[in-house]
Amino acid sequence: MNESCEGSIISIRDLYKRFDRQEVLTGTDLDIDSGESLVILGRSGCGKSVLLKHITGLIRPDHGSILFEGEDITKFNRQKLFDMRMHFGMLFQGAALFDSMTVGENVGLPLVKHGHKSEEETREIVLEKLRLVGLTDVYDSYPAALSGGMKKRVGLARAVVMEPQVVLYDEPTTGLDPIMADVINTMIRDLQNELDITSVVVTHDINSAYRVGDRITMLHEGKIIYSGTPEEIRETDNEIVRQFIEGRAEGPVRVV
Amino acid sequence: MKIFAMLGRYFLGFIGEIGGIFILLWRVIRLAPRIFRNIGKTLIQMEKIGIGSIPLVLVTSVFVGAVASVQSAYQFQGYVPLRFLGAFVGKSVTLEVGPVLTALVVGGRVSAAIAAEVGTMKVTEQIDAMEMIAIDPVEYLVLPRLAAATVMLPVLTVFADFLAIIGGMIVAKLVVGVSFNTFESGLTMFFRYQDVVGGLLKTFVFGFIIALMGCYNGFRTRGGAEGVGISTMKAVVSSCLLILVANYLLAFLIFNVIFAPD
Repeated sequence: MNESCEGSIISIRDLYKRFDRQEVLTGTDLDIDSGESLVILGRSGCGKSVLLKHITGLIRPDHGSILFEGEDITKFNRQKLFDMRMHFGMLFQGAALFDSMTVGENVGLPLVKHGHKSEEETREIVLEKLRLVGLTDVYDSYPAALSGGMKKRVGLARAVVMEPQVVLYDEPTTGLDPIMADVINTMIRDLQNELDITSVVVTHDINSAYRVGDRITMLHEGKIIYSGTPEEIRETDNEIVRQFIEGRAEGPVRVV
Repeated sequence: MKIFAMLGRYFLGFIGEIGGIFILLWRVIRLAPRIFRNIGKTLIQMEKIGIGSIPLVLVTSVFVGAVASVQSAYQFQGYVPLRFLGAFVGKSVTLEVGPVLTALVVGGRVSAAIAAEVGTMKVTEQIDAMEMIAIDPVEYLVLPRLAAATVMLPVLTVFADFLAIIGGMIVAKLVVGVSFNTFESGLTMFFRYQDVVGGLLKTFVFGFIIALMGCYNGFRTRGGAEGVGISTMKAVVSSCLLILVANYLLAFLIFNVIFAPD
């Protein structure tokens, strides 16, 4: 099958990727519907972030296709990938803010490069996005002066500054205290409702998955082994999923 | 058999590295016209690479000139009159020592700094973030650094040549007992502008190598702090080795072909 499913904005088909001798993705199939908030759960190091980077063309697969609005992005050249990425925003695990720029410059950079807006308009839009994440007083601060949670919120503001169709979140709550994690989860939800975007959240934080997901999938040994609503996943009898959501060392997944 | 497997792996790794450098070089060539959009960033890099290296170049070149003077005088003893001291110091500084030593010390400083900066950006996903907002890291990071290093190394070398000769002159007077006038007449006696120009031509290539190795190794960084350390070391080692190899090839090309003796 090499066509996108009806209603899917992104369709991943039979994706394979290996690094040296380590097979990371082994025939991954996934459809992401337009407007949904999809969570991809999985253990640390199982290839969730690698899958996310494939969706944006930051990593090329060894085999398989990724369709964005029906077009296979694995065949895109660099310029087409850049054009496609204008429809995407991404929050990186460590926020990936540019150290040498202020918060305002970080959030405004996509607009400066591609927005064709005046300086005043750019500043207004940046402040509006910073307001969305509750951070208007750090406009002139440098990332080094911010806490982990603040950096993630600035990263979030930068991810949505171009009003993308799809926002990808790589471990948005990792390394944050539970209260800040909940703040981020709420923001992901609010942004999705306010900006009407498709969200793809990669996480191993099950609480975060329940909070932000319309649909939760699980990536295990390079394949999507489960897909369901938060209610369905709570009731599932899939042993691997159960072991993961209950956080048990004993079960079908052996670590040691 | 294990040794063959190991040698094979090293060989393939080496070929892979060469391929990687040429891919980066090709992207640089394709994006070269965009340097005019990045003049601001290039000027910042020129300041970092050029002005920032002045203290290092100053100390290195003064002492290099001083050593050249003392050791030449020692070797001249009984064979060559000391009035030729200026000629010897001048020739060795402008042809070889000035360009190569400047390239090696600036190369160590600059390629390490570039590799560490770009490598840290790589491991903290800032390069990916740049790609995500459709900014080409080669245009944004590599072009300004390459242009700045290629322009600034010859400038630093002019400065180094001058200081090394001054250093040589002072030591000739104070230690060897050769007056400024004698030193200067020796310096001008065999002076050929081709020596200075040839020496400086080499440094354009050295500057390019320094920035290219810094950027290439920075982009290849994997892992965390250890990865950045390894990239930094590789940048310094590869830029120094390439400078020495290029020095021979360029010396051959410039002094045997372009400025071939009549």
